[in-house]
Amino acid sequence: MRRLILGTVVACIACSGGTSAPHLARIAPIQSELTRDEQIAHALSRLSYGARPGDIDLVRRVGLERWIALQLTPERIKDPAGDSAVASYESLATPTNELTAAFREVRMARRDTTRRGEPAIMQSRRDLQMAVNEVGSAKLARAVVSERQLYEQMVDFWENHFSVFVGKGQTRLFIPSYDRDVIRPLALGRFRDLLGAVAQSPAMLFYLDNAQSGADSTHRTLAELGRSSRRPFAGRRRPGLNENYARELMELHTLGVDGGYTQQDVIEVARALTGWSIDQAAGAFVFRPAIHDADEKMVLGSRLEAGRGIEDGEQVLDILARHPSTARFITRKLAVRFVSDSAPPELVSRCAAVFTKTDGDIRQVVQCVVTSPEFFSKRAYRAKVKTPFEVVASALRAAEATPDGSPRATQIVARLGQPIFGRQTPDGWPDRAEEWVNAGAMVNRVNFGLSLAQGRAPGVRLKQASLDKSVASLLSSPEFQRR
Amino acid sequence: MQRRVFMKNGALALVTLGLNPTLLRRTIFAQGLTSGAASLGNARGKVLICLFQRGAADALNVVPPHGEAAYYRMRPTIAVPRPSLSAPTGAIDLDGFFGLHPSLEPFKQLWTDGILAPVHAVGSPSNTRSHFDAQDYMESGTPDAKGTRDGWLNRYLSTKGTCEECSGVGGLSSGVGGAGAGGGGASNPKPQSPFRAVSMTQQTPRILMGPAASVAMNSIAEFSIRANGPAAANVEAMYAKGDSDVVHAAGAEMLDAMRILRSANPAQYQPRNGAEYPRTQFGQRLREVAQLVKADVGVEIAFADIGGWDTHVNQGGATGQLAQRLDDFSKSIRALVTDLGDRMSDVVILTMSEFGRTARQNGSGGTDHGHAGCLFVIGGSVKGRRVHGKWPGLEPEQLNEGRDLALTTDFRSVFGEVVRKHLGASTLDRIFPGFVGTDLGLL
Repeated sequence: MRRLILGTVVACIACSGGTSAPHLARIAPIQSELTRDEQIAHALSRLSYGARPGDIDLVRRVGLERWIALQLTPERIKDPAGDSAVASYESLATPTNELTAAFREVRMARRDTTRRGEPAIMQSRRDLQMAVNEVGSAKLARAVVSERQLYEQMVDFWENHFSVFVGKGQTRLFIPSYDRDVIRPLALGRFRDLLGAVAQSPAMLFYLDNAQSGADSTHRTLAELGRSSRRPFAGRRRPGLNENYARELMELHTLGVDGGYTQQDVIEVARALTGWSIDQAAGAFVFRPAIHDADEKMVLGSRLEAGRGIEDGEQVLDILARHPSTARFITRKLAVRFVSDSAPPELVSRCAAVFTKTDGDIRQVVQCVVTSPEFFSKRAYRAKVKTPFEVVASALRAAEATPDGSPRATQIVARLGQPIFGRQTPDGWPDRAEEWVNAGAMVNRVNFGLSLAQGRAPGVRLKQASLDKSVASLLSSPEFQRR
Repeated sequence: MQRRVFMKNGALALVTLGLNPTLLRRTIFAQGLTSGAASLGNARGKVLICLFQRGAADALNVVPPHGEAAYYRMRPTIAVPRPSLSAPTGAIDLDGFFGLHPSLEPFKQLWTDGILAPVHAVGSPSNTRSHFDAQDYMESGTPDAKGTRDGWLNRYLSTKGTCEECSGVGGLSSGVGGAGAGGGGASNPKPQSPFRAVSMTQQTPRILMGPAASVAMNSIAEFSIRANGPAAANVEAMYAKGDSDVVHAAGAEMLDAMRILRSANPAQYQPRNGAEYPRTQFGQRLREVAQLVKADVGVEIAFADIGGWDTHVNQGGATGQLAQRLDDFSKSIRALVTDLGDRMSDVVILTMSEFGRTARQNGSGGTDHGHAGCLFVIGGSVKGRRVHGKWPGLEPEQLNEGRDLALTTDFRSVFGEVVRKHLGASTLDRIFPGFVGTDLGLL
């Protein structure tokens, strides 16, 4: 493979397939102690990556309730700016099998000193780097220019909830597909579908080691039960059980650390998920019956009968997605993201009930959270501190600036402490003020604001040569650190 | 528990007395500055400087066991030659069995002075061969436990002087967002410098992540407002309004920190005792570590890292790729030691790398991911001039999985001893939970 570049990128995943877009939600008039203009400013600061000049007027014209309803239905929003931004990143549509092929080529050449400098190898290296860089660049560009702002917020929410780390081995090869095929199509879909897509994504399977997990020596595989013709571990060491994904699946992805599971549940879930792996050549999910632990398991009180295959894992995901702890855990995290660091408990109970009643319809849970009296309360108004990604995206929006397409703009986000897909640990970036502001972080935030105001922020294109004085001063102010 | 309160350590007690802790602390800073020396919490206190060699340094060529026949059998073209007076490319002999790689020549004087202690066959008990996992474990301080959200240096910072330390309670933080065991006691109203923990890196490293505050910076020059005249004054005015909320408080702290740095006058810095730092990123970062330590701005923990150790191909022997990394590594550290001069009696430098490399050379003149490695402990209080750790041997049956240097010392034994004896932590229960180490007699 010489070039990864493919033709036109399908930009609008959310509206693909020709299925009819969902109906606009009917949203009752907002009840709030805030003035109408405060409500609008607040909604823009939370549901979008910050107001651009003119946005307040726009929402006034459309009507706040209708604007929120539209944001909840991104399928119905035309987005030429977002589409053309995405189209400018040529590598975004590269299929994963091309990336894994390029990776194998580079890795083989690494052992062969005569081939290391070959132009083809150098090109493959550059292609791989570009594919990884461009996912981050496109993510920032969409946060800045897309009209589907709440959708972008939700994509970021899930990419952080189901966090993977670009720096762990081959994970990076799978990140373009993770963003494109796993998170984006389901960001406002059903939680069970999203959970299942993540569980079968090579990115997560590699990052949390499930790809390497097989039945341990005390349990029989499907092959050993005579239900698979492939010989297990032919000529290879038995890989053994790896609990890493099973643990994070419950602690971080569904139930939460206090969600009511035991270490024994972790082991049983890991056993149920053995054989969920990656087909390296295809760069895709594969179920390997030969290493699947086929003995009986007990997961959170449910019996999984012996002799089954991929159904074991599917049933585990069903149990976890519909567990009441999951409804509370996910809803609470949404409330922290959109309302306040302390997530009002009454709001969490009310919207967790929506989660349960709708079988995890994410769109309806988000609607519950962002149209609540708690969301539009004085307590919540400007109470959140921006993450570095939000600082950069909102500053560019306020300054009517855009990323220039190079990786330099995303390097600003990294410099401020939040490299995109760069969270090492599986818990994702924190969403609480205390984690983001300290003396060192403030220097960097202030300097970024100053550099943007002076038109010398790297990787950023300004619309006008110089900014309005009040905007320039705003960018490095304490107020601008909040949303 | 909120980090703002937590990082102010005992400041909670002052809040209950009706005093504004930040204001009080800033007053103390100001007094320190006007009296000529910023007599902050830890001025002239103990300092620990941790240096991470990322990529897995080849311990068997860094501190070659030139007394082992097997070493030369397994590495026909990349072994460091035996010490020899006639051939300057041989190992620098330490004790008749171990030597230093010839590029570690700058360390020879430290060995002779008795302040350098290599520890061999040390590392993580985890048998992972992944750089990512192994670095993660060495920085979290909890091998094979991926749920740990904070780094062990941060846990040291968080527990020191609190009642968690004295009672030894409080589990590892495992909640989402790394909330940590934030319930710091209110027993220690000592003001803390914003520079108590400094990382000379672009981002906060894993080892310092957690509830206790730290500062990460590429360079001291970067830690300033890049504007002049009215724009700079405007920023000062905006953030000087006190600590009405978390953002303003951090802003006020930032202004304090910059004031402290300015008074230390970093632009005028001249290394002492003829120390010459290499003009490499690592060298320049260590130069700035020395600057901060000597400026008495309250540094207790400093961190820096150096890459380029993943030598799968053509790593070389006495010369070559690895030799060049060691040249930068040892010259930079030697300059730091020279520059710090008599301050070294209060300083320990601790190096680390995630694992060692295979005992045998591979088919491309390099080495692959192995198991145990080696590290250096350097400082005035170090029992140097001795290679520490039990040597497991290199005969086939002595190797780990038949291919790597076997592990005889858990890295937590070394780190724990340094934290306990040098920094004065009274218990390691919270820092390395569930681990009981052995005393190596390093300090």
